Amino acid sequence: MKASRTTRAFQYLALSGYMVFLGFPLVWMLSTSFKPPREMVEIHPTLVPHNPTLDNYVDAFTEQELGRAALNSLQVSLATAVLTVLVALPAAYALARFKTRLGTVALGWVLLSQLFPFVLLVIPLFLILRQVDLVNTHAGLVLVYVVWALPFALWMLQGFVRNIPRELEEAAAVDGATRLQTLRRVVAPLLAPGVVATSLFAFISAWNEFFFALVLLKSPDLATLPVTLARFVGVEGIARLGPLAAGSLMATIPSLLFFAFLQRRLTSGSLAGAVKG
Amino acid sequence: MLRKLVAVSAALLIGLSGCGSGDDDDTSSEGPVKLRFLSLAWQKDSLAANRELVDKWNAEHTDIQVEYVQGDWNSVHDQLLTSFEGGDAPDIFQYESASIGEFAKQGYLADLSGLLSDGFKSEISQGIWDTVTVDGKVVGAPFLLESQVVLANKKLLDAAGVTVPAAGQAWTWDEFQANAQKLTKGGTYGVAWALKSPTNRVMNLSLNFDGKFFYTEGGKTEVRVGDAEKEIPRRIHDMIYVSKTASPDAVGMGGTDPLPGFFAGKYAMLPGGVFLRQQMVEQAPAGFEWVTLPPVKGNSANQAANPQTLSISEDSSGKKQAAQFVEYFLNPANQARLAQGDWLVPTGKKAGEELVKATGGKQGWDVAVASAADLTIAPFQTVSGYPEWKTKFATPALQQYFANKITLDQLGTQLVDGGKQVLR
Repeated sequence: MKASRTTRAFQYLALSGYMVFLGFPLVWMLSTSFKPPREMVEIHPTLVPHNPTLDNYVDAFTEQELGRAALNSLQVSLATAVLTVLVALPAAYALARFKTRLGTVALGWVLLSQLFPFVLLVIPLFLILRQVDLVNTHAGLVLVYVVWALPFALWMLQGFVRNIPRELEEAAAVDGATRLQTLRRVVAPLLAPGVVATSLFAFISAWNEFFFALVLLKSPDLATLPVTLARFVGVEGIARLGPLAAGSLMATIPSLLFFAFLQRRLTSGSLAGAVKG
Repeated sequence: MLRKLVAVSAALLIGLSGCGSGDDDDTSSEGPVKLRFLSLAWQKDSLAANRELVDKWNAEHTDIQVEYVQGDWNSVHDQLLTSFEGGDAPDIFQYESASIGEFAKQGYLADLSGLLSDGFKSEISQGIWDTVTVDGKVVGAPFLLESQVVLANKKLLDAAGVTVPAAGQAWTWDEFQANAQKLTKGGTYGVAWALKSPTNRVMNLSLNFDGKFFYTEGGKTEVRVGDAEKEIPRRIHDMIYVSKTASPDAVGMGGTDPLPGFFAGKYAMLPGGVFLRQQMVEQAPAGFEWVTLPPVKGNSANQAANPQTLSISEDSSGKKQAAQFVEYFLNPANQARLAQGDWLVPTGKKAGEELVKATGGKQGWDVAVASAADLTIAPFQTVSGYPEWKTKFATPALQQYFANKITLDQLGTQLVDGGKQVLR
């Protein structure tokens, strides 16, 4: 019993250390966002600002249209998340449930497409989107993000589908349910955590993406957050740390809220006890 | 759940198609000429000045409307490259002379020599125009310069009995090193050389002793490291390891990293670009007295000029109007304002005079503006393999030398061998 307590204590200690490790950059960013310029170059920097100021927030919001950029990012990221799941879900189900040689080839092909670097694709993509008048539109950017997120989303989702016991679907069929009813009433609820995880992945990929947004959107009104925040960094990587920290902190809030909202659902589709052998 | 997803998706798509589209109608044959201007301003004052000048232009020129688009220095190269390849480049864009040559050689940039007026051209010295001339074509209007000066802690200078030289009366390297010796005492180093990215600094300062590094004969360019090229690396190295008047801690630091130590009195002098003065104004603790010393001179005070530029895309349908905007944007008063906002030196003579007048020469503006006279084109700026040589060979070799891991001769050999591989 004593050994167990010691082990538990070490586990909590390690966990606390890990949480501090993960959280410290965020806390430091919070601290920096309230520091006046003089405190940023102190030889012994402190976590708590001596003379906290809101100037960095004022500068961040008055110089750059962060509010609009956040709205643009939210719009693009939500659309990406929803469309990615919509496209990936049926494909993942088919790949997981219907065993064909084509399915194996398709999965390999999907993975192969992930090997191409951004830079290689961006010019052809730009030219294609230009042909269909989708350069400088959020719709064009969402299309690119969905295509970019789809392969991994497909892999993720088909893993979740595989984890749903086939027996549940068979039992539903025995009870007289049609395939559509089975999908809607049996599979869909159990897939909820997978759908949530996949949406989060697609959302965060789109939320953080910089390069495509930089290249494909030319109107200032359409710029997303990563592109807008990059403007606080100048020549030779010298950054205006205060406004950058303030802007970045504000930028993390919507994604944190989105995560908090969906996180609860990650565990809501528990399969415990669904099938008893 | 699926039904909900479909509904949300449809709503989003409708929303996106309705409101997420930019106005791309800049090729309209009727109405005002529309130009897109990609600016790289990032400092608070500079941003405000840029926006205000564009607004003013638009108010005064209803037939030529300029859309202000802000880019950023770190990704502008990729952004421009993609937009040139995709045929959708901004009409006017800000960049720097060292980087636009590549675009000019691919035919993406308009020749400004016939578009800019003689009056505008005469304001800027020929040495600066040379930095934006590629194959006989002027591919950018140079407007902001950065020179290397020395910032110093005034109290420490006074305590050591070191007199501050006036603008135009620069110390020689020998005087600079002797004064660094006087200032090194009681835990304070005379100098902090931030040498994390040493190549450009060495290339720039080597012009003081006519160190060219790149020599072109019969159309073939090669790297040579003779006595002239060795002079600056040797002097800096000696200050760190022989006279110990420069802090070894600063060797691995980037441009602004030594500031906390400088403010704390750990270093008395800080060689760096003129833009560092802004950090002094914004970040120096209350009561900290600092001065700007003129660029140190060897055989001359020459340094390499890499001006920021405004270029016009060859594909722009309004090149003439774009050139009008460039001339307006860079007229002496406006140029002085832009320079002040970015803490850099204007290329125009009148702009420099206006700036010194407006600031009273304070905060080092007299020294900064006077230093522009010694900025000129350097051989490395015209060598197309320079970026590769710098990244793969020069920077690692110089870092090793300044870390005291290789000798001066070994440094020379590595630079020459690197040149042979890159400039084949």
